[in-house]
Amino acid sequence: MQLTLEFGGGLELLCDSVKVHNVNVDMAKGAEKLIMKDLLGWVHTNLIKERPEMFMKGDTVRPGVLVLVNDCDWELSGQLDTTLEEKDVVVFISTLHGG
Amino acid sequence: MKQNKLYFIFSKLHISIKKKKNPKGWFLFNSQPNYIYVEDFQKRRAETIVLEKLKWKKARRRSRRRPGPACAVTAIREGPLSKDLKPYSRECFYEVFEEEIHQVIVENQLFKPGERVAIGASGGKDSTVLAYVLSELNRRHNYGLDLFLLSVDEGITGYRDDSLETVKRNEIQYGLPLKIVSYKDLYGWTMDEIVKMIGLKNNCTFCGVFRRQALDRGAALLKVDKVATGHNADDIAETVLLNILRGDIARLSRCTSIVTGEDGPIPRCKPFKYTYEKEIVMYAYFKRLDYFSTECIYSPNAYRGFAREFIKDLERIRPRAILDIIQSGEDFRISTFTKMPEQGTCERCGYISSQKWCKACVLLEGLNRGLPKLGIGRSRGPNNDRKKGTKETNGAKSIESKQCGTLDF
Repeated sequence: MQLTLEFGGGLELLCDSVKVHNVNVDMAKGAEKLIMKDLLGWVHTNLIKERPEMFMKGDTVRPGVLVLVNDCDWELSGQLDTTLEEKDVVVFISTLHGG
Repeated sequence: MKQNKLYFIFSKLHISIKKKKNPKGWFLFNSQPNYIYVEDFQKRRAETIVLEKLKWKKARRRSRRRPGPACAVTAIREGPLSKDLKPYSRECFYEVFEEEIHQVIVENQLFKPGERVAIGASGGKDSTVLAYVLSELNRRHNYGLDLFLLSVDEGITGYRDDSLETVKRNEIQYGLPLKIVSYKDLYGWTMDEIVKMIGLKNNCTFCGVFRRQALDRGAALLKVDKVATGHNADDIAETVLLNILRGDIARLSRCTSIVTGEDGPIPRCKPFKYTYEKEIVMYAYFKRLDYFSTECIYSPNAYRGFAREFIKDLERIRPRAILDIIQSGEDFRISTFTKMPEQGTCERCGYISSQKWCKACVLLEGLNRGLPKLGIGRSRGPNNDRKKGTKETNGAKSIESKQCGTLDF
């Protein structure tokens, strides 16, 4: 499934300073649809090159990281259970820095 | 009864006028069911004002590939953003955000027409959004303010020099004159030199104390009447928790005020006191505002990090907890038996201080004499005779090393 992932707010430093990634994510065997939980696992394994504790905490993103799916806050569409479709844009923005 | 009906009809027609005259009265008269129930009165008012405005406008339907939940204000399905876990369309989100800030400014009487206001700008998300929103509101609601950008250069390579470039870009983008004050000019030390001397612990004490004075000095140079900083609700909740964890009663009683230092040289205000950090980031992201987003390289050792982790975990479970902590901080009443420090002036520099010398002078003296621990470490204030943690050598007896109580703002 083709997806576009964007990292902001300092998170791009964990992915070799690349802000936008156009990726092809394979669904888990036997799964009908791709949900955010699987995507997070995929990102953790494939994209985050250093300091994974800055991005994830346990099963979900670190508290303080905003996730927007198609410019819509993921908390409104079910958080970890949000289903993703072809050509979706997922943005991760960290809020944990000085202002 | 007839009079009430007539009044109700008139009240609907004269909503815009009534809102200016007597906002509270207006709200009571309009008990229509399509107003959204929100816990906080301010947020409620901001939303109803936006709702009324939009009723008189035509809302266009934008089709998206996948419509999200309906916007709480216009009930139109447009890929929305969330605020307080309620959905809003993008335009409504901007309007409600700006309207809330406007209400906070008006209700707390933060500014007067004709004032010169310096915005503490670090190039980060809060100060960039503050500069943008304040100049926007200044224009829209005619506050009549003269705005300036004031930036402090601590001399941290790899962090501050990059964010200063951002502030210089902001100067051009928003058309606000910029002034930069640096630690090197004011105190003769940069943060990098200080850290080399004292190590990686207690850096934030030096940086914070020096920065507050630097902001005041810069504001005095600009001859402004007020300083506005971008502290948001999350920051203030963290400060309340920090002060409880350290037992700092003097600061606890002051840290939730929206205007601080009124009896000092230049008062400071925090227009973002009730705004969540998340909203600020979303606003900056969607408006494509230019900001710098890297943590200070010395911050992983800061004590505030623990309070921040805790607050973020709380926010996940119940976002409202942040505003509730601020509310608790405002409602704290100090027991009459606790002795509070009294305010005087520093003997060396004339700055306000509750001890003989202000904290910045104590720290500076320590640095210049090669006594990095001078001024660091706990002693319980005038109440208690215990003095522990300070490594003083002879000659330092004349310097009060008690915890200075009045240097936060």
